[in-house]
Amino acid sequence: MIYNEDFETLPREVLEALQLKRLKQVLDRVYHTVGFYHKKFEEAHVTPDDIQSLADLGRLPFTVKQDLRDNYPFGLFSVPMSNIVRLHASSGTTGKPTVVAYTKRDIETWAELMARSFAAAGLTKNDIIHNAYGYGLFTGGLGAHYGAEKLGASVIPMSGGSTKKQIMLLQDFGPTAICCTPSYLLFLSEVGEEMGVDMRSLRLRVGILGAEPWSERIRQEIEKRLDITALDIYGLSEIMGPGVAMECIEGRHGLHVFEDNFIVEVIDPATGEVLPYGEKGEIVFTTLTKEAFPLIRYRTRDISRLMPEVCKCGRTFVRMERVSGRSDDMLIIRGVNVFPSQIESVLMEIEGLEPHYQLIVDREGSLDTLEVRVEVSENIFSDEVRKLQNIEKRIVKDVKDIIGVSVKVKLVEPKSLQRFEGKAQRVIDKRNI
Amino acid sequence: MKVEQISIFLENKPGGLSGVTKVLKDGNINIRALSLADTSDFGILRLIVDDVNKAKQVLNEHGFAVGRTHVIAVEVPDRPGGLHSILDRLTTEGINVEYMYAFVERSGENAVIIFKIDAIDQAIEALQKNGFNVLPGDKVYGL
Repeated sequence: MIYNEDFETLPREVLEALQLKRLKQVLDRVYHTVGFYHKKFEEAHVTPDDIQSLADLGRLPFTVKQDLRDNYPFGLFSVPMSNIVRLHASSGTTGKPTVVAYTKRDIETWAELMARSFAAAGLTKNDIIHNAYGYGLFTGGLGAHYGAEKLGASVIPMSGGSTKKQIMLLQDFGPTAICCTPSYLLFLSEVGEEMGVDMRSLRLRVGILGAEPWSERIRQEIEKRLDITALDIYGLSEIMGPGVAMECIEGRHGLHVFEDNFIVEVIDPATGEVLPYGEKGEIVFTTLTKEAFPLIRYRTRDISRLMPEVCKCGRTFVRMERVSGRSDDMLIIRGVNVFPSQIESVLMEIEGLEPHYQLIVDREGSLDTLEVRVEVSENIFSDEVRKLQNIEKRIVKDVKDIIGVSVKVKLVEPKSLQRFEGKAQRVIDKRNI
Repeated sequence: MKVEQISIFLENKPGGLSGVTKVLKDGNINIRALSLADTSDFGILRLIVDDVNKAKQVLNEHGFAVGRTHVIAVEVPDRPGGLHSILDRLTTEGINVEYMYAFVERSGENAVIIFKIDAIDQAIEALQKNGFNVLPGDKVYGL
């Protein structure tokens, strides 16, 4: 179902004209209201008047995460605090958090984008949505919440944690959809199974999952364990929060970027050069409608590619492929670029392996080492040493063949690796210690 | 004539083995025979216990990966060449032994050896036909 047919199915030329009109407005606004952008544009010898087509966008400088940190907390806001109705902040695992702001209209825009996302997942006002994204400074919980209410669905504001209680409510309240990270949904199903709950017999029929990179194999695993359709949602707090792009249930292949609100580009992360449709690179967004905290050419560090082919759902918005990693998650092991999600895909190809793993990066002398820790489930366990060693060898060989890097594999006891209720942290890099 | 063995995956770390023995102690399970195969990273503990089902259940409850496999227990004359006579017979028949270990208790005058053999039915038949005493599970669990 399409929530806002007028916008979501605009012919491309009309959409692009709308984007250009909105781009000019936002550039004009940031140039005159945000000191940082005024200075940055001057340094690049460009003014808003120089941007006369969407192709001119490439003349504008990028905004990066460090710019947000440098202007902490409120330096990039383009409206006075009296017009701001909400603040959110990133977790800030490295240093200060990133602060983002919303006007009343921004909150309405965001709610609409989330309502569109839920509709793209086939949800209507008749659905009950179990929202297990964290409520609080994180944008996930409240973002999904407002969207669910906007759609008219019934929302269970569960937030993260209290896993056993979540399972009780999934059984008793009978939600038809769940929002959380894919790794948390796997954890939920594991705990549910331990409690003796048949997770396949719940009323759940769809999962709107995001906030971390995941693979097609993890999708299959989730769909098998819970008997649901698992869909990918994309967003980041700097740009809006969840609801920047959403996979449609009809296509299930790539996420439609809500292009009436955002311009999306893909660039070469090393050179900054804009790449044509179809090529893999770093995703860059420009916000078109946000009032409080507009961002121009913001580098997300997420790696994906854009698919311009028309989708069977009828939306004309370009699709971005499922994010395959982050440019800052990228590990460089002896000169080879490795994304944790690539290792995950290799592991999930091997029959019987559980989707729980950990990567340990270390350095022996001047040589980087990568250890892959994999849990031994009863599916792969054998009383013969040789058979377990064969599994280790198979993983080493597959990783070498597919990714081109030599790893060491360590089998560990079941459930000994950490489980995650929020974003999974699967990499331990000991090289900096 | 088959005996059921359980096997447990262990990481090589302090307390790994005692974690298993504690679970078995608390479950009031008696170990009849054991062998530990280990590599630099992990170990596989193989056990013959008096109550296979209960042992698997309590170990699973404590999060261990537990396998169940059929092995055979053979009485071996307690004299020089006793074990060799069995292995010689199996070699003659072209039967490969994956691994073996000795039983703690004796059966009368004889020692008892556990064999893991892929061609288990063929091995039982060959040994019995040549006069070796292959012990049934019930007898082994209670030795």
